[in-house]
Amino acid sequence: MHGFHIRGGRVIDPRQGVDDELDVIVQDGRIARIGKGLATPTGALVCDARGKIVSPGFVDLHAHLREPGEEGKETIETGSASAASGGFTTVCAMPNTQPPNDCRAITMLIKTRAREVGGVHVFPIGAITRGLAGEQLADFGELKEAGVVALSDDGKCVMNARLMRRALEYGRTFDLPIVQHAEDHELSRGGAMNEGAASTRAGIPGQPAEAEEIIVARDLILVEMTGARYHVAHASTARTVAMVRDAKARGLPVTCEVTPHHLALTDEACAGYDTSTKMYPPLRTQADVDALVAGLADGTIDAIATDHAPHSANSKQLEFDCAAFGIIGLETALPIALGLVSRGVLPLGEVIERLTWGPARTFKLNAGTMPEGAVADLVVIDPALEWVVTAEDTSSKSKNSPFLGKTMRGRAVFTLAAGVALCDRIEVT
Amino acid sequence: MSAKHLLGMESLDKGAIVQLLDRADAIHAGGKPGTALAGHTVVNLFMEASTRTRTSFEIAAKRLRADVVNVSESFSSSKKGETLLDTVRNIDAMGPTVIVLRHGSSGTPAMIAKRVRASVVNAGDGTHEHPTQALLDCGTIRRHKKRIEGLTVTIIGDILHSRVARSNLHALGKLGANVRVAGPRSLLPRGVESLGALVYDRIEPALEGADVVMVLRLQHERMTGGYVPSLRDYSRFFGVNAKNLHAAKHDAIVMHPGPINRGVELTSDVADGPQSVVLDQVAYGVSVRMAVLESVVS
Repeated sequence: MHGFHIRGGRVIDPRQGVDDELDVIVQDGRIARIGKGLATPTGALVCDARGKIVSPGFVDLHAHLREPGEEGKETIETGSASAASGGFTTVCAMPNTQPPNDCRAITMLIKTRAREVGGVHVFPIGAITRGLAGEQLADFGELKEAGVVALSDDGKCVMNARLMRRALEYGRTFDLPIVQHAEDHELSRGGAMNEGAASTRAGIPGQPAEAEEIIVARDLILVEMTGARYHVAHASTARTVAMVRDAKARGLPVTCEVTPHHLALTDEACAGYDTSTKMYPPLRTQADVDALVAGLADGTIDAIATDHAPHSANSKQLEFDCAAFGIIGLETALPIALGLVSRGVLPLGEVIERLTWGPARTFKLNAGTMPEGAVADLVVIDPALEWVVTAEDTSSKSKNSPFLGKTMRGRAVFTLAAGVALCDRIEVT
Repeated sequence: MSAKHLLGMESLDKGAIVQLLDRADAIHAGGKPGTALAGHTVVNLFMEASTRTRTSFEIAAKRLRADVVNVSESFSSSKKGETLLDTVRNIDAMGPTVIVLRHGSSGTPAMIAKRVRASVVNAGDGTHEHPTQALLDCGTIRRHKKRIEGLTVTIIGDILHSRVARSNLHALGKLGANVRVAGPRSLLPRGVESLGALVYDRIEPALEGADVVMVLRLQHERMTGGYVPSLRDYSRFFGVNAKNLHAAKHDAIVMHPGPINRGVELTSDVADGPQSVVLDQVAYGVSVRMAVLESVVS
């Protein structure tokens, strides 16, 4: 392999405490050297990263790659391309495929397909319950052996408290975090957006914030009871953030993620009935957005996770209440996160941390940092690059984004996963 | 100057509302209907059951010499698995000037208006808006009370699921009325005060001194949804009757968008009594819809 010399960029690796203008040498798929004024090894391609940021490749704890079963929406190949285009080199794949990833065979299939594709690293998440039916635990031990990094029934909440208790206990035995899609389905039933003034105005049935908060409150009590690792997927309300903050202060093994869209949009975005503003959990109010940003800033929220949820136009070009829930997110996460820096609410190093080591540590992944000797997963970011989100330029197979047509600032311009260039928007010679 | 579509009262300003009401008044007074729609086709696309609104639109369009085609739920393609957008695009390809849409999902008129050549008139979308109902309600109030500004209008019943209430809140607010909404808390939507309403959970104080009492229909499915325990309890505590109507002004008018559940939200003696203007609403509705159809094609 020829290797790369990434020259003169501002290298930020929060895990290593690095923030300096440095050269990075990549050889044989690994970070060979990091230092000042390094010589270009013979045959290495040079990437001029001056004025740019060099970060460990981003880690996404929450993506729906749709394979197996819904390849019309996304495949591991297109999802991987979408990830690389957005600067992600590690993606955790949610188990609500068809069939769901509730057994070794599906986990192995996902890992095999990811290897064949040769794109970003894909870590499968296993189902908590068989068939995501919420009735009987999946074989956690076998799933762990096959390589899952966490367990979730994402898309559905584990509603039964007894089953949730058992999942936490059995999950603890295998050191697997239980990732909850916190939503009391009875309270949220029929809702298509956040319940509040905006839903009243739009005449769309609402899902109250309390549907999420009631489950988080219950689960935190069960975490205290079991001592198990618990992760709140796509936290969306102010009270969820407050409860997680309190649980962490009490030393509970609780972690939490937020999506870029819940940081960027409010339920007012649903006023035009654009079905790309419809997702689980729904977009909330400005007060919730402010609390999520504060939670991200003070470390209550460990990770920015995309909840990348590809849907075909067929399932989105429908009446608002009939359209599918979810939006794609891998390619727009970075500029939204960088927006927090330009607004002065979060330093750049912290934003990078929530995209790299924060998520990696949450699921105990060997990723999200780039010391010498590590597998070369990195991204070169042009923080000033302005670009317009278009369907044509989107690598995901699906185009269901509320940001289509919007101008973004900041983009991944060069992504290396295991030393292989998967995305290059700058000249590498 | 008039807008191409009529999607809701939220997007109409006071001037546009008054202009439509003035025109409807002129038509209602026996003014010669325009011939603006002669040779034009109006499609009444009703994806949800309706008799009076569809008939009202049909009569209005025919009085304006338009050709009218009614496409109702039982004949629609939705049961064949066709999407709404495909149905609408196919109808639009046949070149109607106006599509009048009634649909059970909020936001559908706005959605299709972006994708068709025809003018779109919202004849009721989900729990969002029913603008021609609000126009005919405002016009009826104005005809009886000679003004709207400063009046106290009390809307009683299932505010949560009512597109009529939402459209009237927008329209009456813009025209300067003081609007109260009243009903059990389980049927009052969160944040309804942001639409400019004073909120009451008991109807007696809400009726106090009202100039206009607007009673909404209680759908039977609200019982299965657990919003109210029984028709009996609802009618006892939230039904309008001759006794509790005394709290309103002696010359208060009583309105209902229909169809009435007699003995549930409104007793028959009030529905048929001297204060009721229910049939005036229906009669005026045709004139309002004529004014609306003229306006969207002009």
